[in-house]
Amino acid sequence: MKRYLQVVWAVLWKDMRVEWRTKDSFTSMAVFAVLALLIFNFAFELNVPDKRMVVPGVLWVAVAFAGVLGLGRAFITEKDQGSLAGLLLAPVDRSAIYLGKMLSNFLFILIVEAFILPLLTIFFNVTVIIPSLLLVLFLGTLGFAAVGTVFSALAVNTRAREVLLPVLLFPVLLPVLIAGIRATSGFLVGDTLADHANWLRLIIFFDILFLVVAFLTFDYVVEE
Amino acid sequence: MPEALIQIRGLHKYFGRHRVLRGIDLSIETGQTLILLGPNGAGKTTLLRILATLSRPTQGEVQVAGVSTKANPEGIRQYLGMVSHAPLLYGDLSAAENLEFYARLYGLHQPEARIKHLLQQVDLYHRRKDMVRTFSRGMIQRLAIARALLHNPPILLLDEPDTGLDPQAAEMLTGLLGDIGGRERTIIMTTHHLERGLALADRVAILAGGKLVLDTPAAEIDPQGVRPLYDHFVNQERRKA
Repeated sequence: MKRYLQVVWAVLWKDMRVEWRTKDSFTSMAVFAVLALLIFNFAFELNVPDKRMVVPGVLWVAVAFAGVLGLGRAFITEKDQGSLAGLLLAPVDRSAIYLGKMLSNFLFILIVEAFILPLLTIFFNVTVIIPSLLLVLFLGTLGFAAVGTVFSALAVNTRAREVLLPVLLFPVLLPVLIAGIRATSGFLVGDTLADHANWLRLIIFFDILFLVVAFLTFDYVVEE
Repeated sequence: MPEALIQIRGLHKYFGRHRVLRGIDLSIETGQTLILLGPNGAGKTTLLRILATLSRPTQGEVQVAGVSTKANPEGIRQYLGMVSHAPLLYGDLSAAENLEFYARLYGLHQPEARIKHLLQQVDLYHRRKDMVRTFSRGMIQRLAIARALLHNPPILLLDEPDTGLDPQAAEMLTGLLGDIGGRERTIIMTTHHLERGLALADRVAILAGGKLVLDTPAAEIDPQGVRPLYDHFVNQERRKA
């Protein structure tokens, strides 16, 4: 187990260090998310009586689309610089590689969320930094990264990889997005966690399901 | 008779309907250096990737040290080091950081001394803190060899490691490969450079059209005659196809 966790940590450390130096994923995700917020801000400026009605959708759409950019790069850069085989040659269960990659994706998306939440508050004049909302965003992002990392590995060996990832990912992710948006809507109007326990349970169920399926299938996904 | 470290029996590999390997049988003994020759598309890389557990055989069996690649791929990967035309390195990490990362993947304890030794062996110790993206192709391939040797594997798989190297860098690489071989290490190398391959080999095999058309001790091949021999077998297979 110690050996397994050592590999998970090694992959996470490597991704963080490379990202710290290049800022490739963060820059593309953050710029995309900010542009999405700006476009929605102008689009809804005149027509919405209460901006709390649109903020949940804006938040989750910005996170989902920006996140796809980061997830897409997770394995494409490994493949393009020829280092993917190096990871797969490690004498360890390949789910450790998956877990390391998934955690780095998860962390990158969380950092982008931390960047856009204050901007969302400024642009829409709605307080979104609420503990219950942060919890649902955290859990939804976990499911997003869990399934997105597997699909990213699956898409990397195909010719239409940039197109294929969102096409595969969003239909599967739909329950988490719907639950996230519904729960976020409630928290913005002052509802408590207990009021939206069912949505939270749904997200947790899908998080567990995605993680289990990813652990079981990753070895087959990355092998020829 | 020495014990076969690698046993390949009845190996077939399909990609969709395209048959890449057609019934390969091969056994390689401990300490042997086998040079695998063949034209593009002959199946050399596919064979090495199956040996490295990066690809699954469609049919047949591969055993390393008596263990099937299907039964215990993780265990077999501990025995293997691989160098391919892709470097398996990270351009935005330094030479030392790349080796530290792979040392963690291979579970090496206190790898600093080993990393220093290997960087000195491949003459890159003075560039250990430089980003790999600043290296020449020859330096990258030398670092790739250091990476492959990090866990001191008894089997080294080399997939056209001399691709893209200038003659001077290729000569340096050949010298390095000569140094790292030996009685304890088994090397399987694919190359298009017949003479260079023959200089390193104990044994030569030619793969054409997914079939092994020649497997012979290197001592039985006249260095001057290796090109005509290669052309003969490859053309013969092309005519059959």
